[in-house]
Order: sequence, then C-alpha cells, then structure tokens
Amino acid sequence: MSIRIETEQCTGCGSCVDVCPFGIIEIVDDIAQIEEGCNLCGACRDACTFEAIIIEMPTETAPADKSYRGVWVFAEQQDGQLKGVAYELVSKGRELADSLGTELSAVCFGHNVNDVSRLVAHGADKVYIIDDLLLANQQEDIYAAEFVRLIRERKPEIVLAGATSFGRAFFPRVAAVLQTGLTADCTGLEIDTETKLLRQTRPTFGGNIMATILCQTRRPQMSTVRPRVFKRSTPDDTRQGEIVKVDFDKERVSARTRLLNFVKDLTEKVKLEDADIIVSGGRGLGKPENFDIIRELADVLGAAVGSSRPPVDEGWIPYAHQVGQTGKTVCPRLYIACGISGAVQHLAGMQTADAIVAINDDPDAPIFEVATYGLVGDLFKIVPLLTERLKGGQ
Amino acid sequence: MNIIVCLKQVPGTTDVKIDPETNTLRREGTKNVVNPFDTYALEEGVRLRERYGGRVTALSMGPPQAEEMLREAISCGADEAILISDRAFAGSDTLATSYTLSCAVNKLKDYDLIICGRQTIDGDTGQVGPELSEMLGLPFVAYVSKINEVADDKMVLERMVEDGHEVIEVPLPAVVTVVKEINIPRLPSLRGLTLAKKVEIPVWTASDMEVDENKVGLAGSATWVAKVFFPQRVQQGEMLEGEPENQVDTLIEKLRDLKIT
Repeated sequence: MSIRIETEQCTGCGSCVDVCPFGIIEIVDDIAQIEEGCNLCGACRDACTFEAIIIEMPTETAPADKSYRGVWVFAEQQDGQLKGVAYELVSKGRELADSLGTELSAVCFGHNVNDVSRLVAHGADKVYIIDDLLLANQQEDIYAAEFVRLIRERKPEIVLAGATSFGRAFFPRVAAVLQTGLTADCTGLEIDTETKLLRQTRPTFGGNIMATILCQTRRPQMSTVRPRVFKRSTPDDTRQGEIVKVDFDKERVSARTRLLNFVKDLTEKVKLEDADIIVSGGRGLGKPENFDIIRELADVLGAAVGSSRPPVDEGWIPYAHQVGQTGKTVCPRLYIACGISGAVQHLAGMQTADAIVAINDDPDAPIFEVATYGLVGDLFKIVPLLTERLKGGQ
Repeated sequence: MNIIVCLKQVPGTTDVKIDPETNTLRREGTKNVVNPFDTYALEEGVRLRERYGGRVTALSMGPPQAEEMLREAISCGADEAILISDRAFAGSDTLATSYTLSCAVNKLKDYDLIICGRQTIDGDTGQVGPELSEMLGLPFVAYVSKINEVADDKMVLERMVEDGHEVIEVPLPAVVTVVKEINIPRLPSLRGLTLAKKVEIPVWTASDMEVDENKVGLAGSATWVAKVFFPQRVQQGEMLEGEPENQVDTLIEKLRDLKIT
C-alpha cells in the first residue's frame, strides 16, 4: 500500500493538513507533502475535495483463508485458579461469536484447574483443556508451542488473550510463529457487519489517540485485552458446553527457561485488580507520609490503595500500586482520586470504574472530566473529614 | 559478552496537545528522543559489558534522522551503532518490524544477548521483543528488573510480575525486555560525546540484509490501521459545591444512593 499526492489536482488548500491526526502534512509550494510517519489512515483522502490524495491498496491481496472458523479465548490460570480476565474475555468472545454465528471456545493450560465449567456458564461452547503437572507453572516456551499446535490443527478465526504480564509476553510469540497480526491492549472489539472482520480499537500515543486496527488477510486475528476492560457477563448455570481434554505429549515439548523462585510482594493488602473500591493518591499529596490519609480512608472503606505515576517515580509507594498505562488497569465500583490531576495515562487505567470521585484543588484538572462526583478543594481537609464521617456512620 | 540493544526514536512526549480548532495533534516543539524504556536497555547493556567485557551494539530501525539518536546511544556507552533504514520498511507493524530486526541480528551474527525496552511510548504494544525472539528462535524473558549473574552460557535474572517477581534462569543467547526498575541510565560521558561525533554509523538497507520483500514494510505487515480518532470525553459528572463539610456530606449521601457505603 502507498499514499501519493496527485500534483495536478492538488490546490494547496490545506484541508488535509487540518485533518491529519499525526500532523505530518505540510503545504510546500502550494502542494501538499506527506512526511515520514504516515500510517495510511485515510483521513486526508476523505477530507480532500479535489481527489488529489491517492491511497493504493495492493491489487493481488490473497483473500483470508475461509477454513478458519470460530472464536477462541485463552483462559489464563495461576495456581489452579482462573484469572478474572478469562471470564471477561469469554463474555466478550460470546458477543463476537454471536455476531459471526459461530462457536466460542476457551483454551486452558494448567494442572487441576478449578471451575473450568464456569467458562461455559459465561458463554463458552467448548473448553479445551491440557492438564499436566508440567503446565502448572506458566511455562512460556511450552505454552507457546502447544498453543501454536492447537491453532494450526483447529483453525480459529479470532483468538483473544488477557494483556497480563504473562499474556503480553507469551501471545506475541504465538503470533510471530503463526506470522499473523496481533493488536495489543484493545479497549473495543467488534465484528464489522459488512466484511465480518474483527475491528480492534486500542489507545496509542499514551492514550491520546485511538486507532482501529484490522487484520485483513492473515489468520487468526489476534488481540490482547487488559484485565477489567470488558465486563464479566452474568453467568448462566444452565448453559450447556463441552469440556474437551486435549492430549499432551511431553516428549514433544521442552522449556528453555527455568523458574528458580518466586518472591511475592507483600506490601499490597488488597489486590488492586480485584478491589471493589480503590482510594488513590497523586502528586498532590506532596510527600510520602501523606499517603497515610489515603490509607486511613481506604481502611474505613475496605478499599485498596492506588497511586498515579508521580508518587511511584518519587519512591513514595511501590510500583505494585500504580494505576495507569504502564501500571494496572482497574475497574472497581468506586475509584476515589485524591490529588491526581488526571493525565491521560492515568485515565487509561481507571476511567471504566463504575463511579469516580475526584478531589483536587485545581478546578481545571482533567480528572474532573471523567469524575462522577468532583470536589474542588483541599484534599488535606476533605479526605480526613470523609474518613471521620464514614467511621462515625458505622 | 556481545550485546545488541534495540532502540527506537519516538516523539519527545506523548502529552501531545490537541488543537481544539482542528482536532489534530499539535507537534510543535516536540523533538524526537530515544524511547525512554530503551534507555534502560542500553544502560543495562553497557553495565553488563563493564562487568563481563565484550561489545555493545545499538540497533535501530527508522528514518534517516534516527542516526542522531544512535549517536546519543554511543555517547552513553554503546561501542557501535547500526541504522536499519529503507523506504521499503515504511509502514511496518510489529510483525514486519521484528522480522526486519531479526535480519539485521542475523547479519551481525556474533552476539550473546539482545536487550529491548518493555514497550515504546508511541505504539505501546510491547510486542517487538517477544516477536523478535521467535523470529530468531531464541529464549525470551519479559519485564526483567534485575540481571543477577551471567555465567558461561546462561544467565539468572529477575522478572517483574503483577504480584511480585520471579527468579529465572535462561540459556544464552537470549532476548530480554527490561523495565525501568532495572537501573538508572547514565548521562553521556565526555569521551562518549567525542566518540559519538566522529563515529561512522552504517546504514543497512533491504538489499544489505537480503530481506524477503514480502515480509517487510506494508506488504509484510499483518495489521492495518483502518481509522484513527481522538477519544471523546463527555463531562457528565456533578460538582459538589460548598465548604468541605457540605461537600463531604453530599458525597456520603451520593455514595449511599449508589449503595457503596
């Protein structure tokens, strides 16, 4: 594919300059000129009234292999427990499978994994399980090789996985072996009604731009999704599904990396990702001791403590508490942001919370744009007062 | 120990301002820099060389102006740098990028470790590291926060996961991606700056690396950006006014209505 300007047609009007989301078009000598960095999004072509911008698509594009059918979800587990993101993806996968009129399958690797039938209750028609002691730990090498083998054998058209630290390392390897496309951290997934392609929407440029990505000709179409981005559906215990045990040939696989030890981070009382309520502090706290007022409010609410990036960078609180683009994505019922201005990177990690309370002394702080309830004022007055009232109310 | 560090030149900030009139990015004043996560990769490479000897090669794929960034890498301790640049590579997605990088690595031949940053700040995918490892058929470890020791043909390192860290042994050669917790990158040295000024940075094109044309650039990319738009945020929230006491009282009422407290 390529883009070019028909110099005969171009009048240098500049309407393309105005619409280019990347700001890389310039008018030089009354002719538009496209600089490095174009990703052929087509915004300029659509805005040009003189048909002077031509985007050429490859002519001999091979059509996608139609033998690929069905939607798959990689259901990640840890220590025999399915992760929350597995249920979220099965819920979303169900919608996609319904739009395509096809089957939804979940794939689970592990040993004695509990509750796999819950995946059926949330929408899976089939659950493929490989159960072996070798798979109890997330052995990336083995997982990747076996997942590639299953995909080649059974040919799903869409495969989704959680963008956990494991998923983000393991899934690109699967995509690379299969020589297919992978879209990271999708926040929107839907089937194009006309082409039946998976429309994968994701934030890029630190959440400043949204891009919708297509994988047109290669299969499967693969995406990762961060935990808590999609909602878990209400389970239906009467749903019928099939649990398929897949044979595992130990001789065939080997792991090159070896896990020697795991050291758990003990500073976190409540796991952020699982918390119903999160109280977060930001730069506005000023110094590490001031996190105490955040902790006190969190204690009263039975909440987890979160943080925006600056306190983590300053060393006031460990990285495990960071919410945002390079931290955790959370979706609690209530998120209380104290002294957080609301940089897009932070918003990317928490804006899907059911309710957001923002406390900040700057009325123009962007956090108020996503807040359900905004309190402009001094957090050192408001937060302790809130803690006190909530205590008194019990 | 010979180390290859992969770097990308990115816009200096992602805190891009949006022009309210035209609804497009304002890019004035944003100069290009080394992707911040890659500076930790470079620093770790340089530290390993200081401990174990060898050579650090900075490798980047990008437009000709990325040469300037590679000179910066030399000033911060890299021994040599190579720029992979060709119009044929324009429009590469992560699959095509990692394939192209793998061709350059294969041309370099003699190496023990490849280090990348955990992700770039423009694309944010974090996929090139793991994809590159597969293209080269090498073991891979993501999110490395510490390299404990390197002995003979293996390495022991720590990898950051959601609820702690894992200690992992990996045979060499390998590909790793590193997080910012791993080190504090140094500033350019005087010697480095002098070297950076005169060093020759070879530019490798598609034909220099004998790439398969169908696997690079747009033709080699599996994904395609169909649409780009700005996230719309509609303010629907309610501001709670008054003195702190009133604000807190109203808030508690609201939270009760939501059945949260």
